[in-house]
Amino acid sequence: MNKNKEQLLNKRYKAEQRFRLYGQSAIFMALLFLTIFIFKIFSTGYSAFQKTWLIVPVTFDAELMMLEQNPSNEDLQDADYYDIALKSMADLDLNANEDQENELKRMVSYFFEKEIKNELLNDPSLIGKTKEVYLTASDDLDQVFKGNYPRDLPENQRRVSDYQLKIFDQLVANGKVESKFNISFFTNADSREAELAGIASSFMGSIFSILVCLMIAFPVAVLAAIYLEEFAPKNRFTDFIEVNINNLAAVPSIVFGLLGLGVLLAIFQLPRSTPLVGGITLSLMTLPTIIIAARASLKAVPPSIREAALAMGASRMQTTMHHTVPLSMPGTLSGTIIGLAQALGETAPLILIGMVAFVNTIPGSPMDPAASLPVQIYIWAESAERGFVEKVSACIMVLLGFLITMNLFAQIIRHKFEKKWS
Amino acid sequence: MNLILFTFIVLLGFTSYYFGRKKAYTIQSTKKRLTALPQFYGYYLAIWCAIPAFIIFSLWAIFEPTIVKLLILSDYSNQGYLDDELNLIYEKTKALSRGQFTGEITPFIEASAEKYLSLRSIAQSSKVVIVLSIIIASVAYAYKRISSNSRTREPVEKFLNAVLFTASLAAILTTVGIVFSLIFQTIDFFKVIPLFDFVFGTHWYPAKAFVRDSSEALDPTMYSDTFGAVPIFAGTFFIAFIAMCVAIPIGLMSGIYLAEYASTKVRQYAKPLIEILAGIPTVVYGFFAALTVGPFLKELGTSMGLEVSAESALAAGGVMGIMIIPFISSLSDDVITSVPQSLRDGSYAMGATKSETIKRVIFPAALPGIVGSILLGVSRAIGETMIVVMASGLAANLTLNPLESTSTITAQIVVILIGDQAFGDPKTQAAFALGMSLFLVTLCLNIVALKVVKKYREKYE
Repeated sequence: MNKNKEQLLNKRYKAEQRFRLYGQSAIFMALLFLTIFIFKIFSTGYSAFQKTWLIVPVTFDAELMMLEQNPSNEDLQDADYYDIALKSMADLDLNANEDQENELKRMVSYFFEKEIKNELLNDPSLIGKTKEVYLTASDDLDQVFKGNYPRDLPENQRRVSDYQLKIFDQLVANGKVESKFNISFFTNADSREAELAGIASSFMGSIFSILVCLMIAFPVAVLAAIYLEEFAPKNRFTDFIEVNINNLAAVPSIVFGLLGLGVLLAIFQLPRSTPLVGGITLSLMTLPTIIIAARASLKAVPPSIREAALAMGASRMQTTMHHTVPLSMPGTLSGTIIGLAQALGETAPLILIGMVAFVNTIPGSPMDPAASLPVQIYIWAESAERGFVEKVSACIMVLLGFLITMNLFAQIIRHKFEKKWS
Repeated sequence: MNLILFTFIVLLGFTSYYFGRKKAYTIQSTKKRLTALPQFYGYYLAIWCAIPAFIIFSLWAIFEPTIVKLLILSDYSNQGYLDDELNLIYEKTKALSRGQFTGEITPFIEASAEKYLSLRSIAQSSKVVIVLSIIIASVAYAYKRISSNSRTREPVEKFLNAVLFTASLAAILTTVGIVFSLIFQTIDFFKVIPLFDFVFGTHWYPAKAFVRDSSEALDPTMYSDTFGAVPIFAGTFFIAFIAMCVAIPIGLMSGIYLAEYASTKVRQYAKPLIEILAGIPTVVYGFFAALTVGPFLKELGTSMGLEVSAESALAAGGVMGIMIIPFISSLSDDVITSVPQSLRDGSYAMGATKSETIKRVIFPAALPGIVGSILLGVSRAIGETMIVVMASGLAANLTLNPLESTSTITAQIVVILIGDQAFGDPKTQAAFALGMSLFLVTLCLNIVALKVVKKYREKYE
């Protein structure tokens, strides 16, 4: 009898321990996913911040460039750089036949002509001389240099030929290949060529969309929250508005994209693919988030503040505008930043309103076509070239960096400025 | 021009605030008692100055193009043009007046362009005149009111109240906008495709509708086997089911652990860390699923002798589950902590262990709240787009094998609407019909979930 009891007790304690273990392993699993995730992104993405350059001697032959004696600046602009660019690449292997010369040309980006031109424009005295010029390596060689490219594949399954690899290895051995910080990733617009593609256009697109979103969503949401929390009579209509807000907060984001497409583009005829439309769509999405945050922080202001103001003879509007609203601002602002961070990471609605178009210019205003950072991630993730994989991860790192900064900022505002009552 | 007028109105508004307040001080200096604080005099005048002008201004901006178009096209009425042709004529006219027209210029169009330009300039100048006279009239009226020292605070506050009320209508307007943008296209869609075929058809090949020769008349029988949404609905619920299989055990158990077992220190760090998972954009999850999880599962399956598609439902659903973990864990954490302490104390007093208390007392008490949080999670899983678009297939297979690829409502909407769309095409309308069904399903889930959670909160307050 006693033994039975003990056994039962032991069993119950074991069950207790098991249950506890389940809980611990659940937390562990969740954190493990997070770690794998962050590790994967960083390990594939960090190399995108480096860019591989080939150092190639270029002879600025005036004859090949069709330049006359003492050329003016304009002449230099119009000169023909293609031939000397080709020649300097072909000169890497003096015994190369025509096919091999073509392969040599494809070892650098198609931008190489411009890079040589800029070199001369910076220093016109180079005419007739030979100088070693930094040329952007093609994305495949870039990947080879970073060790991301499987060199042991059979040649016909690679985009880099054995010949190119041979020349490349010679260059590496001579120290003519250099890796430098990739500035063009931040200053270039999108491009079909992975080695030239940058995030500048999508970054500006994101900034413009978020600004439009902030300018619309913040005032409307704060005013709505003030009305609902401070002035609204308790009746059916107010309840209806509340139900609406709570529902909108849980409507899938793609439905807002359909709203943008069906109303903003089809009926109001706003320009497609622009951050203006994107921002308006996102603002409708963030509206409920900000309203809910603003209401919560208005509710947190103790009634004694209102009563004191009313007792001093202030009207209800004065009480609200001079006392309640300023006191609730820290909470409202941090809620707004969190809402904007959500909007910044949103992709699906922007795809529907056409912000996936290929944009190779940097937008100067919200009315210009643009992509946004998350959409850029989608576009690059869908393209087959190997060079884009690290770009996607790098773009994700930039986006996550922004999101973390915004959330930290929201936390700081909340902790620094929010008054603790009680 | 519009910008100048707009700035002008704003500047006038500020000036009138200043004058209104100054008037209040002069009234005060005559030893008269003011009826409100001086700034209210200023607000009163500024509101009367700017608001009527803005109303006229925006009404003008909305109606001017329509009226000009009507006037231009009235020349072409009774000539038997179709609506589309009239629109084309109007576009040509506008292009010519801007000097961007490149086609052949007919005398008709040239005349219209001239008329267009003159109409526009008449409209512009009359707009300026009307806006200015409205400003003068309303400011004069308001100034007279101020001078006679009548009440200003009440009207100003009434106005502010109206502004606040209008802002709170934004939520309703958005809902109306959603329904409005979905419903017309959906109705048009069901005019071509019978509702029955859509809801019970088992073949979904919208690409078939796209290759249709647009000169042919619409032939409903052609689409009989094109827009059957069963595979898509099945795929949506299937992937959501896989996601919930990952999210519910992990999310619920970590919620319980955080609420009942974890020390303050563990809670302080683990909770925000888990919530980071909720802040990661979904496109990032999609990339992760497509680049890492999909190929990993494929390799794993091949090594076990299974055929796994690189775009399997399992990869998309699993990653989606990870995304939903924090929703379930933090909501169930909240729900469990709000169960009154007295229930726990009672159970412990009877000799129950902690896990027995949780399983037999706290869990049943918190069940409605937990169900609510799970329903919200399901609604998120159904509406999730980017993970599915990037990691799951785009071909709508009707399958229950998690290793094959399936498609979802959201993925199909994106596939159909990416790039240029032609409104009026059954394919585009199909996307809106899918959107409508998505909206309705998530709406029902949300309403039920919010009701359940609310009821639960009231019970323990």
